[in-house]
Amino acid sequence: MTRRATAATGLRVLQQLRRDPRTIALIVVVPCVLVFLVDQLFADREQVFQQVGVPLLGLFPLVSMFLVTSITMLRERTSGTLERLLALPLAKLDLLLGYAIAFAALATLQGVVVSFVGFGLLGLEAESPTAVIVLLAVANAVLGMALGLFLSAFARTEFQAVQFMPAFILPQILLCGLLVPREEMAEWLQWVSALMPFTYAYDALERAATGATLGVRFWADVAVVVGVTVLALVLGAGTLRRRTP
Amino acid sequence: MTGAVEIRGLRVVRGGQEVLHGVSLDVEPGRVTGLLGPSGSGKTTLIRSVVGVQIVAAGDVTVLGLPAGSRELRARIGYMTQEPAVYRDLTVRENLAYFGRILGVGAGRVDELVERVGLVDERDRVVGTLSGGQRARVSLATGLLNGPDLLVLDEPTVGLDPVLRRDLWDFFHELAGAGTTLLVSSHVMDEAARCDRLVLLREGAVLAIATPGELRELTGVDELDAAFLRLVEGGEQ
Repeated sequence: MTRRATAATGLRVLQQLRRDPRTIALIVVVPCVLVFLVDQLFADREQVFQQVGVPLLGLFPLVSMFLVTSITMLRERTSGTLERLLALPLAKLDLLLGYAIAFAALATLQGVVVSFVGFGLLGLEAESPTAVIVLLAVANAVLGMALGLFLSAFARTEFQAVQFMPAFILPQILLCGLLVPREEMAEWLQWVSALMPFTYAYDALERAATGATLGVRFWADVAVVVGVTVLALVLGAGTLRRRTP
Repeated sequence: MTGAVEIRGLRVVRGGQEVLHGVSLDVEPGRVTGLLGPSGSGKTTLIRSVVGVQIVAAGDVTVLGLPAGSRELRARIGYMTQEPAVYRDLTVRENLAYFGRILGVGAGRVDELVERVGLVDERDRVVGTLSGGQRARVSLATGLLNGPDLLVLDEPTVGLDPVLRRDLWDFFHELAGAGTTLLVSSHVMDEAARCDRLVLLREGAVLAIATPGELRELTGVDELDAAFLRLVEGGEQ
């Protein structure tokens, strides 16, 4: 692994994204519009907006980066560039970390803009500093990227990759605690929910929004998010084969 | 070492079917070896085996004295795939710069190759807007960046106009003259005459290994196309 190849890959992915300003615009603008929608939806129930606003803001990057990465990686596999890259003196980690750097940069932009809209314009409030929320959003983005990277190995076409969104992401949104508190779910759903990375990403955001001091549970959540990210990257590296049939 | 590439008893199974049936051959160093045969004869599979990206069922492939696919070989082989393996949403220069950074070569080398493959006017254009032949040349240039000892090209001249094709073949010989070993596949027989040595492949087996001159002598016909046919018919009798 070399820092040169990692940086080159990060730069290359950013150059590709720059060629597609519409995607960047969608990634940045859509979450802002959605936060505004939620704000309007609960105009008479300010408390609900405060409750779901921060977690929503921190979970957007996970979903966007999951989708963008799985499609980008799928293209890399089907266009032959992956085979070409793996025949070069490039470590798999160079490729994965290059992706992580590029998408983390994009997620930071997204997180900062959405935070500005949420906290600055719409009056969203969190007990923890805004920087904590943005950092959590970036961590979630990298988690989404790692999951997308890994799962893209199981899609042969872009149609299939897009279907992972309702198949893999939607159940996690339903069960993470955002819609119904986990304690109020049927016991078996609580167990399923405990196996989903979203649950910990949501819990960390929720604790950062409501607690002034970040306790052990918060850091445990963060550890799970980081751990699952590393695990998904390792599994993803395993799907990058230098030799293929 | 007798060959830059030594293949012994190579068998490859793809999709449940054996596509190479015990192929053995040597590629001489510093020469242009043509790998010829009709579409579906196993050229690409053989090339992938040499580059080390193909899972093989049996046999040995030795490249520059090392087993194919060795880590040390990755910086010493230039590889051009049949479908241009370049990023369509990057410019010519951005593509080459990326592969160049991985290989540790500078911007000067990138500009040199842009000129070499005749894409100076297109260098800041996005690859997706280029013609198929231009895209193929970008792909070729990525394989040349590190000045490889062995250059493996899978149908590099498909879709190119005759003038460009001649220029590229001259370039290949220039590289060979400087010590590079080239293995070039083609299904166009009129390119066979431009190779130092030919490997004729048919249905996953080697039909003949000879120089163009030897092939004409062996079959008694002048046209290499006809010579190939003569060999096929001879093999079936």
